[in-house]
Amino acid sequence: MIPASFDYHAPKTLSEAVGLLERYRDEAKVLSGGQSLLPLLKLRLAQVAHVVDIGRVPGLEYIKEEKGFLKIGGRTRESTLERSELIRGKYPILADTTAVIADPLVRNLATVGGNLAHGDPANDHPATMLALGAEVVATGPKGERTIPIDKFFTGLFTTALAPDEILTEIKIPIPPPRSGGAYVKLERKVGDFATAASAAQLTLGKNGQVERVGLALTNAGPKPVKATRAEQYLQGKQPDDEAIAEAARLASQDCDPTADRRGSVEYKREMARVLSARALKKAAQRAGGQ
Amino acid sequence: MAKHKIRVTVNGTGSEAEVESRLLLVHFIRDVLRLTGTHIGCDTTHCGACTVLLDGEPVKSCTVLAVQADGREVATVEGLEQNGQLHPIQEGFWEKHGLQCGYCTPGMMMTGYALLKSNAKPSEEEIRKAISGNLCRCTGYVNIVKAVQHAAARSR
Repeated sequence: MIPASFDYHAPKTLSEAVGLLERYRDEAKVLSGGQSLLPLLKLRLAQVAHVVDIGRVPGLEYIKEEKGFLKIGGRTRESTLERSELIRGKYPILADTTAVIADPLVRNLATVGGNLAHGDPANDHPATMLALGAEVVATGPKGERTIPIDKFFTGLFTTALAPDEILTEIKIPIPPPRSGGAYVKLERKVGDFATAASAAQLTLGKNGQVERVGLALTNAGPKPVKATRAEQYLQGKQPDDEAIAEAARLASQDCDPTADRRGSVEYKREMARVLSARALKKAAQRAGGQ
Repeated sequence: MAKHKIRVTVNGTGSEAEVESRLLLVHFIRDVLRLTGTHIGCDTTHCGACTVLLDGEPVKSCTVLAVQADGREVATVEGLEQNGQLHPIQEGFWEKHGLQCGYCTPGMMMTGYALLKSNAKPSEEEIRKAISGNLCRCTGYVNIVKAVQHAAARSR
């Protein structure tokens, strides 16, 4: 399969890249790792006049803690995230997530920024970033702006990014002590999108009660689902089996999966419940609770 | 621009060509350079038959544009053999009967080769994880794992 013709641009600076997007707007698409865009172009589910490859723009691939945030450069590859000692040691929810995205070969090219900017509710990072309360930095002609992740996904394959903006950084507030997170995914085989998946991030107080909680679901609606009622329910409670079971039940009620070859609506809803309970339990364990 | 002059180093040799923006790396390798050892399987980023190394890392060459490889290094299965000597990974597939139809083999070998470069003594689990983006419909993977283990032992 061969994509329809397009013009290819390989800008060497960020401002040059933004300039191209400003010029071509809706006719242009950003190529980061290309592992979602190129299949779409090949299958001709999408057609664009201009591809702006940010692969040669320096300074977009990094993982660092700075000023209270974990900062991940937009073009950071999944394989880089997976190998990072900082991520493996301190952000197990991100290590869980990156390890189940596509397959190892795809992860050598696929990027974290691309996984979010693609706006696919079946992608794995959106739920994790919702659970972590991340922010997204978008760079456009007027400079940078920060978008809270819960305002970022506006619909199926649609985000708050303007046509002339590039997702340049993901900022995650460094979790306080006694925090833990987990991402649990059910997939038919390596490389498949989630039948269901759940991301949970908890911070426990000194009596073991839930002080902060983020819970979100993958592939459970037209956009990534934040399980707000479940979060509110858990707030202030001990994360015991009973409370977790009820939160998971609320999360499964609040999602809106569609039936496909991965299963019926009922099955997916049930899996969302089971996986949410597992993710919450693992998050609580990692937070140093029970 | 819809056409681009690119220079790619393939198996150590520099190659120059003028290519269309939309030309895929696998087509550049097979149709322009006539290196047909790299196979096209699913053509949808699933099977890994088209695996090559791009700057040393295994990638699916059906999901990379040839222009993206401009100025970079590509390694294909043709580059494994040196001076008429099979590479240990090739020898492993031969000795352990790591193939039946052979279609996935070039991709499998490139992934196995890349794994052994970064991890000289992988466990069975590490091997299975590394090749999880390469599909084989014949062997059931048992002998492929043995082939990589053979290569690991031979390379030490």
